Amino acid sequence: MTTTTMDIAHDNDHHDDHGPQKGWRRWVYSNNHKDIGSMYLIFSLVMLILGGASAMAIRAELMYPGLQLLEPDLYNNIVTNHALVMVFGAVMPAAAGLANWMIPLMIGAPDMALPRMNNLSFWLLPAAAIMLVLSFIVPFFPGGGSQINTGWTLYPPLSLQVGMAMDFLIFTVHLLGVSSVLASINIIVTIFNMRAPSMTLWNMPIFVWTWLVTAFLLILILPVLAGGVTMLLFDRHLGTSFFDAAGGGDPVLFQHLFWFFGHPEVYVLLLPSIGVLSHIIPAFSYKPLFGRKSMIGAMILLASIGMVVWAHHQYTIGMSSAAVSYFMIGTILISIPVGLMKFNFIATMWRASMTFEAPMLFAISIVAMFVFGGLTGVMLAIVPADLQYQDTMFVVAHFHYVLMPGAVMALFAGVLYWLPKWTGNMYNEKLANWFFWTSLIGFNGTFFVQHFLGLAGMPRRIVDYPVQFTEFNFISSVAALIYGLSHILFLYLVIQTIRGKGTTKAKSRSWKGAKGLEWEVASPAPFHTWDSAPTVDAEGEIKQK
Amino acid sequence: MSAQNNYFIPEPSKWPIIAMLSMFALLMGGAFAFNDVVIGNYLLVLGSILLVYMFYGWFSDVIKESLGGKYGKQEDISFRQGMMWFIASEFFFFLCFFGSLYYLRDISGAWLAGEGYLAITKDVLYPEVSSVAVAWPNNGPANVGGDFQAMGATGIPLINTILLLTSGVTLTFAHHALKAEHTKHLVLWMWATIALGLTFVGFQAYEYIHAYNDLNLTLGAGVYGSTFYILTGFHGFHVVMGSIMLVVIALRCAKNHFKPEKHFAFEAVAWYWHFVDVVWLGLFIFVYWM
Amino acid sequence: MKKLATLLGLLLSFSSHAEYGLNFPDPVTDIGQEIYDVHMFTMWIATVALIIVFAIMLFALIKFRKSKGYKADQNFHKTWFGNWAWVLVPVMVLGVDFWIAGRAQSTLDKFWDAPKQNCAHENADAKHCFDMNIKVIGHQWWWEYEFPEHGVDFNGKFYPIKVESRPLEEEDASEGNYLRDVDNVLVIPVDTVIRYLNTSVDVLHAWWLPEFGFKRDAIPGYILETWATVRKEGIFRGQCAELCGTWHAKMPIVVKAVSKDEFKQWIESEKAKLLAELKDANSNKDWSKDELMVKGKKVYDTMCAGCHNVNGQGLGVAFPALKGSPIALGSANQHIDIVLNGKKTMPGWKHLSDVDLSAVITYERNAWGNNASVVKPADIKSAR
Ligand code: HEA
Ligand code: HEA
Ligand code: HEC
Ligand code: CUA
Ligand SMILES: [Cu+2]
Repeated sequence: MTTTTMDIAHDNDHHDDHGPQKGWRRWVYSNNHKDIGSMYLIFSLVMLILGGASAMAIRAELMYPGLQLLEPDLYNNIVTNHALVMVFGAVMPAAAGLANWMIPLMIGAPDMALPRMNNLSFWLLPAAAIMLVLSFIVPFFPGGGSQINTGWTLYPPLSLQVGMAMDFLIFTVHLLGVSSVLASINIIVTIFNMRAPSMTLWNMPIFVWTWLVTAFLLILILPVLAGGVTMLLFDRHLGTSFFDAAGGGDPVLFQHLFWFFGHPEVYVLLLPSIGVLSHIIPAFSYKPLFGRKSMIGAMILLASIGMVVWAHHQYTIGMSSAAVSYFMIGTILISIPVGLMKFNFIATMWRASMTFEAPMLFAISIVAMFVFGGLTGVMLAIVPADLQYQDTMFVVAHFHYVLMPGAVMALFAGVLYWLPKWTGNMYNEKLANWFFWTSLIGFNGTFFVQHFLGLAGMPRRIVDYPVQFTEFNFISSVAALIYGLSHILFLYLVIQTIRGKGTTKAKSRSWKGAKGLEWEVASPAPFHTWDSAPTVDAEGEIKQK
Repeated sequence: MSAQNNYFIPEPSKWPIIAMLSMFALLMGGAFAFNDVVIGNYLLVLGSILLVYMFYGWFSDVIKESLGGKYGKQEDISFRQGMMWFIASEFFFFLCFFGSLYYLRDISGAWLAGEGYLAITKDVLYPEVSSVAVAWPNNGPANVGGDFQAMGATGIPLINTILLLTSGVTLTFAHHALKAEHTKHLVLWMWATIALGLTFVGFQAYEYIHAYNDLNLTLGAGVYGSTFYILTGFHGFHVVMGSIMLVVIALRCAKNHFKPEKHFAFEAVAWYWHFVDVVWLGLFIFVYWM
Repeated sequence: MKKLATLLGLLLSFSSHAEYGLNFPDPVTDIGQEIYDVHMFTMWIATVALIIVFAIMLFALIKFRKSKGYKADQNFHKTWFGNWAWVLVPVMVLGVDFWIAGRAQSTLDKFWDAPKQNCAHENADAKHCFDMNIKVIGHQWWWEYEFPEHGVDFNGKFYPIKVESRPLEEEDASEGNYLRDVDNVLVIPVDTVIRYLNTSVDVLHAWWLPEFGFKRDAIPGYILETWATVRKEGIFRGQCAELCGTWHAKMPIVVKAVSKDEFKQWIESEKAKLLAELKDANSNKDWSKDELMVKGKKVYDTMCAGCHNVNGQGLGVAFPALKGSPIALGSANQHIDIVLNGKKTMPGWKHLSDVDLSAVITYERNAWGNNASVVKPADIKSAR
């Protein structure tokens, strides 16, 4: 073990090539993993605000029964936009940003394996975002056709009725797909080919492992989504009948294609966050991660089972009983790997010596809330019961309980954890605590009551609801406002830390209990790191000379 | 102690951003053009020009770096693995269409024909449609697009199979010639491969014309037409791309760019070509034959 | 976290009072009762699992903190427990998984095994047959019900009873059944095995009554079967549960379950109504323009407005405006042809009666400032 107080910027930022370019070229032409990582993170923050603004619009409309703010089509347009922006704009790019920043640092590589392609992967995102926003606003121009009122699942035949906005959305999906596939290829190659020679796959950091599995998942599922929306495009404009029974097609085919992508996709959102927690929890427990190998096994199992259970979103569409039984059993089996992961986290805290900095506070509450969301997931997986739950607010509650803690909050925690490394400054702990508690209360207030709404019979994706659902919707909307506002604290916190006013300087090993190569380089991390590969021991730490 | 990392990190480059702009223009153009908005056509032209410019520029840089000896063993492995996973993603793209074909033929197709789990569909909704009319190949209970004839497996498809398989062999000969540093044979075999590929494309085009003019087999011919064209169409597109790549490689071969121990670009294109080959075999079996 | 647990406990204790709207409402069908039991069973297991997890976490949080001077046990993961946890935990979870799945399976099998034969059929299996069918047809944005076994014979043809169930226009969001009221409710008998045949004519919908305990999609071009026996008389309200476009939120379902006798009476009155309507439609009566316009508006608003808009201005680029359209103002034959046979996305409407078609076409040609010829039922007959 290294002495934790060691604070030497390892002699690895000497290099003969130059630092960053000046001006806009530094970002637009960049092939530096840190700069590209930062761009991903900033992009995702912008998208979070956009997606959050639409969430606030949704909750504002649902605060009272009746149509107050939004026309029905506009409401559904916003719901669609909210989901796509959050999933593809906020969560995935944030995770990719962390990957870009941390993977080379963690495995002792000088950069990503294919730096120019890395740049392309990022820059496709703003293009996609522009097209996504266009798909939202095009209907408001003369001749722009009707709005996208299909939800993020884009089910035909409804999506065949939508005007040209749908074509923008279809091509957005193509762009996003290309971007993610290229990024995934890059990550896989980097992990396989750029590790410090002494780092074996077994002692590779868990965050890197989760991204390896995630990248494989993305390469397998995104092309299928791209193919599915391409068929949609053909049905819309070229007269094919893939999704039209009259011509021998079946609208449900699209659902299979969508969920073949969509279900693994939720694990794409989840896994990097599991990776983040696997670093935070040991760091603040001051002991190694419990069950390292079982963690790796669990994530591989999770990805494998996750690929073959997609139709649990479609129990109501008419599949044979053999098919639904299979999908039910497959789906609940997922509780095994996920349960094992959560168990490992708790066991890491067992007989530990915990301290409660903000990342740890998040991590602990994430484990608790995710288990709750996961258990409602198991309820949904039970076919007969899902015939009642399906397409109600209960589902909305389930997936926000897994998505927000499981993905978004874990990414926040990761940002707080690594901010000192990126900026060289410690964030303001007190402010971070405020952010934690307000978001905890806001989040649970928003989504906990939606379980009741769903069970009592409120469908999702409705702009207006019968009066008996008023009280809980009101509570949910008020809490959502608190939750939304709490993010302002986060924004402020990040900006404050970057500017370094009123903060303390970070050591290279910013957290006493933190392990891993990223803590061996100076804080802030120099523009180029690991020009020479470090030699690591079995625990992934620098080998003592 | 620590090993020195010599991994080649290229200079900041403008090509990625141009690649982004070209794709952006193409897709925006597509979205507009599909809806008959005129600006779409201009964007499509602009995007195509940028795309060609980008490929030319980016690959020129890469070739320069490669010839300049910037790439060592490790870089070579990066490229190989990158290409491999790219092909894997293409594989799943086609799998989407093959899977759809399977579903439409054997699952939902059966329901419309009155078999399987939703057999009742036919009794209630299409009692007057004969089950022959909805047996594969079909254009649905509504006879969408009118009567048509399916494409047989013998004839052009069989010839095309032979053409593509042969082109795989000639490409392998080229590879052997490359390893033996026999440039003249290498270039010859390359052009032979390209000729076979282009012949394939020619036949395919002829087949489409025949289908449209004589068989009434159009994109609008129900599920059969839909699956037929989406599978053969995307495959054909890949053959065209592959042929262009082969032409570039052939020209580079003539310039002696490749060494027996170092010819990643050649191999990447060869892998791609073989992949296209394998997809065709799947197509031949599942689309034309069965 | 503790708060969550107590709240969940609260939810469970409320579960028998449906009027609080916290839990699954009391089911009124046999299958709904079973589904409800499965739901409660899994929810209990989930609650217990949650409490166990929270308890362990809470204990750890209280005990193993640095501020309490607790020293981390660096070798905890190397104890026998650390070595075998990866087997123990999955085995335990697997056990619970199979327990749940096993419990659900029998209900699943029962629900999925819809009876295929009418009990009236001579060699029907009396234990597994249905008494009647109801075809449930989703439309943008209303429901249509058809009773294939109940109807009238007219001119040698069988006409089943149909109920067109459209949302009521109520603007007041404080009203009791806001968004949950229709003009014509579906009437069904209690203690009768009914097989529902769901389908749709445009996009996906889902037919859902929370009290029935299940929902099933309505998919255009396909038929999905479900079956249920209602055990309680009363009025049950639900709504469409699959996003179907603009007015998805306003696609209520109201079912009135009545005694068998009452149902018979209702059917008889429906039959009489239907017969009168058929006579009307087939009489060689000469429809006046005004009559056609009134009828045409009704047909238009229900059948065509979904795409062409009530104001005739179409929707976006895909759905053309009829107001001022050259077809609506041009030759009647062309207009009749496109409505009868459809064109691309535009469905054909051959199944409508001559009167309805002439009415709707006349309406289109003369509404919203259009001013063209009147089309009579006889014109349609000759165009067919
Ligand atoms: C990060 C995202 C995420 C994650 C991780 C999950 C995780 C799971 N989800 Fe969820 N889900 C979504 C995102 C996610 N989901 C989204 C976005 C939708 C809606 C999409 C849409 O329609 O728009 C959805 C919808 C959805 C449905 C469809 C509902 C419907 O529309 O009718 C179902 C049904 O089976 C389901 C199930 C599950 C299950 C079983 C898990 C499991 O992975 C959970 C496993 C975890 C645990 C079980 C807890 C920890 C384990 C233990 C403590 C061990 C003990 C447990 C037992 C013994 C059971 N989800
Ligand atoms: C990662 C994905 C993700 C995330 C993070 C969120 C975050 C949130 N979501 Fe959503 N959501 C989805 C994925 C996600 N969601 C999906 C997939 C659907 C299904 C769509 C469909 O049916 O097709 C959905 C649907 C959905 C619905 C159901 C709509 C319906 O069915 O009718 C609702 C309603 O309450 C909702 C609410 C919220 C809220 C309040 C948040 C909040 O957590 C957001 C909080 C964040 C912010 C507010 C932004 C940051 C704030 C600031 C920068 C401060 C300034 C803010 C203010 C003005 C207050 N979401
Ligand atoms: C599913 C949507 C849909 C419904 C429902 C629908 N239409 Fe149409 N209609 C269309 C579309 C799409 C077109 C354009 C067809 C084309 O030109 O390709 C169209 C075209 C027309 C036209 C020709 C208008 C023109 O100017 O080209 C008429 C007339 C018409 N419909 C009448 C009707 C009537 C009458 C009904 C109801 C009884 C109806 N439509 C219901 C989608 C619909
Ligand atoms: Cu019909 Cu929603
Ligand atoms: Cu899922």
